[in-house]
Amino acid sequence: MRDFVYHRANSVEEAGRLASEDGAMLLAGGQTLLRDMKLGLHFPASLVDIGGVVPRHIELRENLISIGTGATHAEVAHSPVLHRHLPALAALVGHIGDPAVRHRGTLGGAVAANEPAGDYPAACLALDATLHTTKREVASVEFFVGDRRTTLEPGEIVTSATFPLARRAAYVKFLNPAARYAMVGVFAAVVTDGSPRVAVTGARMDGACRWYDAENALASSFVPERLGDVRLSTERLAEDFFADAEYRAHLAGVLARRAVALTDRAGPSVLVLSHGSSITAAP
Amino acid sequence: MTPNAERKQTPDVSMIVNGRAVRTAVDGRTLLVDLLRERLGLTGTHVGCETTQCGACVVHVDGKAMKSCTMLALQCEGATVTTIEGLSATGAPLHPMQAAFREHHALQCGYCTSGMVMMAVDIATRVNDLDEPTIREELKGNICRCTGYHNIVAAIAAGARAMRNQPSESDHA
Repeated sequence: MRDFVYHRANSVEEAGRLASEDGAMLLAGGQTLLRDMKLGLHFPASLVDIGGVVPRHIELRENLISIGTGATHAEVAHSPVLHRHLPALAALVGHIGDPAVRHRGTLGGAVAANEPAGDYPAACLALDATLHTTKREVASVEFFVGDRRTTLEPGEIVTSATFPLARRAAYVKFLNPAARYAMVGVFAAVVTDGSPRVAVTGARMDGACRWYDAENALASSFVPERLGDVRLSTERLAEDFFADAEYRAHLAGVLARRAVALTDRAGPSVLVLSHGSSITAAP
Repeated sequence: MTPNAERKQTPDVSMIVNGRAVRTAVDGRTLLVDLLRERLGLTGTHVGCETTQCGACVVHVDGKAMKSCTMLALQCEGATVTTIEGLSATGAPLHPMQAAFREHHALQCGYCTSGMVMMAVDIATRVNDLDEPTIREELKGNICRCTGYHNIVAAIAAGARAMRNQPSESDHA
C-alpha cells in the first residue's frame, strides 16, 4: 500500500473541507477501502478519517428509521429499534461479511463503496431509503449509479440514511462459495404506499439495481407465482469462475420468488443459501 | 495544523496494548498488525490473506474482535488492544479458551490459531447459546486449511463453557 497523509477529522465540516483536496478520500471503518488500497484499486494522496465525527444514532422518527452513517454493522444488526420496526434490515446487516468486519464496517462506508455484491445497496433500493449528505438529500435510485459508483461529489459526506417502514420485507442471498459474498441477492418489499419493490445485488456488473419487470409483475398481487414468467435479462450480468450470466439470471428468479414468499412468513426475514444448503419445497 | 505542515512529519499514535501504554510514530499506511508485529514484537498475531477474509490477524480492539490487517494503526488512537499474548500473563495458566484448544487438539499447523482463539473469545463473550451451527456461522471470517474445523468447533463450545464457569479478567479490554 502506498503511503498517504492521514487526517483525523475533528468535525464533519472539517472532514468535508479536507476531503475536497486533490487525491483525498474519506475513511470510515475501512473494511472495503483499505482492502481495495492494498489491491491497488485506489492510491489516495490523503485519507480523511471520519470515524469519530459522523453520527451513529439508530432511531424511529415519524414512521422513518434514521440511521447515522457511523453506525457499525454490529450496532445496526443488534438494534432493538430495528428488530421491532424493520427486522429484515437488521437481519441483512447481520449477514454482511463476518463478525470482525461487522464490528468495524459502517453504513456510510458500505453505501459510499457501493460494491457490486453489496447487501446494503439492495436494501436501500428496495426500501426506498433516502441518503442525507452534507449537501443534499438523495433517493437511493439516484445515488447508486454503477459498479462502485455513486453520485457523491468530492468532499460530500453521507451523514445518515432514512428508511420508511415497509409493510413487508425480506432478503435472500446465495453465497459465492469461496469469498462468501452474495453471488446474487434479492431484496423484496412492499413499501408504505403498498407498491412492490424488488432489488437485485451481485448479479449485474453495475452493482445493485431495482428489477422493474419483477415489480410490475407483482403490482396486482405480491405473491411468488406472479414472477413465474419474469426473467432477468442476461445483458451486463457478471460472469466469473463460479457462475455465468445464465446461471445468475436463473438464480435471481429463484431468489426473488423465495424472497417474496419469505415476506409472508413468521420468523426470520433473511435467508442465506449456499452450495450444500438443503433444498426444501419453496416457490 | 495545515495539511502541508502535517505532511512533513510522521504522526504519533497512542494506545494500550496488553495493558501497556504505547506511544510511537507511524506512517499513515502502517497497519495495526504491522505495529503489533514489527514495532512491538508481538508476533503471535499473524498475517494471512491480507484481504480481510482469513482472520489470522484477529485481535480485540476496545473489547471487540477486529481484523488488524484492515485497520490503520492511526485509527486506534486511544484504543485498548488485546492480542493473543495478552490473553493470559506470562507464566500464568492458559486462558480457558486456549486450554480448550489444546485439550481438543484444535490446531495442526497453528497458523490460524491465534486469530481463531481471539475470535472464539469474542464469540463466547457475545453469544449465549452456542450451538454448533452458531459457532460455524460465527467463524465465517476465520479460515483454517488443516483441521476441517471439527475440533475447533468442539474447542470453542468447551472453551465458552469454561469461560462461563470461570469469569476471566485476563482480557484487558
